[in-house]
Amino acid sequence: MVTRAEAALAERRGDLSIKGSENGQKALAPAPSDLRMQDQTVGATTIMEPMIEIRKLSLKYGEKLALQDISLDIPKHQVTAFIGPSGCGKSTLLRCLNRLNDLIDGVQIGGTIRIGGIDINDLDLEITELRKRVGMVFQKSNPFPKTIYENAAYGPRIQGIQSRAALDEIVEKSLRQAALWDEVHDRLHESALSLSGGQQQRLCIARAIAVEPDVLLMDEPCSALDPIATAKIEELIAKLKKQYTIVMVTHNMQQAARVSDYTAFLYLGTLVEYDLTKQIFVNPSKKQTEDYITGRFG
Amino acid sequence: MKRFWKSGDPFIWLSGGALALSLVMVAGLVVLVMMNGLGFFWPSPIARLTLADGKELVGQVVQREKIPQPGAPQGTPERYRIQVRVGNRDLYGADFVWVEEANIVRRDFPPDALLIERREWGNLYGFIKEVRDGERVVAQGSGDGWNALQTYLPGETETFNEIRRIEKREIGAINHAQEKIRLEIKKLGLRGPDGSPEVARLQQELETLAARYREHAASLAELRQSSRRSLVVSAAGDKEKELPLAQIVRAYRPDAMGLLAKSRLYLSRLWEFVAGEPRESNTEGGVLPALFGTVMMVIIMSLFVAPLGVLAAFYLREYAKQGPFVSAVRIAVNNLAGVPSIVFGVFGVGFFIYLIGGSIDRLFYPEALPTPTFGTGGILWASLTLALLTVPVVIVATEEGLAAIPGGMREASLALGATKFETTWRIVLPSVMPSILTGLILAMARAAGEVAPLMITGVVKLAPALPIDGFWPFVHLERKFMHLGFHIYDVGFQSPNVDAARPMVYTTALLLLLVVLVLNLTAILLRSRLRKKYTLSII
Repeated sequence: MVTRAEAALAERRGDLSIKGSENGQKALAPAPSDLRMQDQTVGATTIMEPMIEIRKLSLKYGEKLALQDISLDIPKHQVTAFIGPSGCGKSTLLRCLNRLNDLIDGVQIGGTIRIGGIDINDLDLEITELRKRVGMVFQKSNPFPKTIYENAAYGPRIQGIQSRAALDEIVEKSLRQAALWDEVHDRLHESALSLSGGQQQRLCIARAIAVEPDVLLMDEPCSALDPIATAKIEELIAKLKKQYTIVMVTHNMQQAARVSDYTAFLYLGTLVEYDLTKQIFVNPSKKQTEDYITGRFG
Repeated sequence: MKRFWKSGDPFIWLSGGALALSLVMVAGLVVLVMMNGLGFFWPSPIARLTLADGKELVGQVVQREKIPQPGAPQGTPERYRIQVRVGNRDLYGADFVWVEEANIVRRDFPPDALLIERREWGNLYGFIKEVRDGERVVAQGSGDGWNALQTYLPGETETFNEIRRIEKREIGAINHAQEKIRLEIKKLGLRGPDGSPEVARLQQELETLAARYREHAASLAELRQSSRRSLVVSAAGDKEKELPLAQIVRAYRPDAMGLLAKSRLYLSRLWEFVAGEPRESNTEGGVLPALFGTVMMVIIMSLFVAPLGVLAAFYLREYAKQGPFVSAVRIAVNNLAGVPSIVFGVFGVGFFIYLIGGSIDRLFYPEALPTPTFGTGGILWASLTLALLTVPVVIVATEEGLAAIPGGMREASLALGATKFETTWRIVLPSVMPSILTGLILAMARAAGEVAPLMITGVVKLAPALPIDGFWPFVHLERKFMHLGFHIYDVGFQSPNVDAARPMVYTTALLLLLVVLVLNLTAILLRSRLRKKYTLSII
């Protein structure tokens, strides 16, 4: 079912890595082992195959320090949740992963982030290439004011895929993956804004996975949805993690417990604790984490 | 009482009242213009008034008013006077007379009273005495004369139109070609001492053109000879007037006409107004050149103002680093919208006409100097001046539209790997399109009604030719043009015969309103279609 679309995408990616390696630059392939930084231990477990490695990350908005010395490894094909009170920097941290913070004037970033072994703050790396590898779903569903079809096809079109057949395939595949196909397949050419809130958010997910990224960032994807729509999205996340590395920010403790495999607790711009979700919710090692999870503050 | 004020009801009444007042004023204006404008084309009856002193008047009653009697004791009976359009300006000296109603002994509507719209000297009112063919009398009296008139008039009108056609089309083309050759010769003279073979060839061409001109002149003389029928009309006050039939635009007897005939006449006059050329220093005939000039100017202006305003707004909102400088620029742009239009006109004269137009003339049209080509007012410079005048409107509307697009939309596009330009082009521009059109609508409405800056940048009372015609390069942006707004001013306030011109003022005003309405409706339809396509809840 996906042959042509996959071929089209794979071809583009292939071009890219060949070009990259020829120039001796960052091919989007695993880094040589000597470049690997020392393994980060997470609580009792060690993450063997980290997709994202964050080292000594700090971020300043003008004079204000928003993130401070954060180091963590995010495992491949798992769901990692960032929790913490409002303003603790979890969204900022998430937006560092696809460099969306670059849009804001006066942001200074220190430390390194590697995704798939590649330093994303490398000046030689095209920011658009990074963002094609790292998709994002936002807090407020923000479909484009176009048709459902055009929304899903936007990313592939940007990558230069023009063949109608290939686009059709990509659109169907991503809508199926986002569990939206059955609801919208007969009205693909209606405005995306005619969908319900939950459907819109799933369309945004479909739009993000249409370009087949490696990592999917989700910034409170359910905060504007009702419980039924939330349940659908959570189900979807559980399915999607087989193919994508998912990093999500959530305010909802239960959601983090239900959906994620790993949880990081941030407070005032610092990483307080990072561990398996089970561990964090059952037996947190820090007093602060326990207080927050049990609702004593925050 | 305090509760009453607190309840907010008075404010609702106040705001509702303000709206109602505005609506009443607008509706009143439109109704006034429509009544006065559209009524003008309806043939009103011709009255014959016999006065107490035995004098007779034949004409159309225009209005009736009370005679002011200051200082009169209570109970004095009110007196009225009527204004009668008696026409026959060449016989009486004035088109209109005031008659006190008390002096009228008898008022009747003779069915054979004739109204003739002439090409010169305005309307003629009277009765047919005889129709002549040269010196020979063909028909006598109202009945026979009317029939003879019906028989001969179409032929004479055709001859007249043929003469006009030859003068304008054929001889116009010859003149155009001659002028071009003359300039060519002058150009050759400017380039070197003498390009004799070339010049000789051009001289030769001039000769052939002159020969062709003589041919046309001869056929014109012949046509004029053939048109020798005339009409003798006896007018009130024992006057007589002989009138060549070629001078008649239209002759009709309103008192003998049925509703159907009157309606047909109404439509014919209305059509002449919209699609005809002006006569009698614009107070009669049509306004086609002014209509054409207005629409064309607005379109040219839109072509300049839309891209300029939109690009400027995009830079201000999407690319410029927001700060005190950008704020200052924004305030300056907003204030630009409040600068009096005549100031823009003066700027247009100084910058566009003298500086740019003068340079163009020196560089590209040196052979025509000292006659300016672009170095004088023209439709291009007028349009550019108006584009400057209205660009703040487009910038402000576009900027507001851009500000209303949720930031998440842009972030979503960027997060999918689109560049800033791709985001702007594929997401932002389509979403802001309705706002751009709103700005353009406002700009067009403003430009269509503007007069002051046009008066000094290229509008004239009477333009010899339209800015688009059959001669290469077909669109002549350097030409002067006519404009409905200026037409109103000129006809209403500069014309020697204000009473006769008044209906033209109303009809022209009505037409101008219609033009603005049509331009706006087009843009609004376009906008609503776009909106349907890019349904944004916030705009």
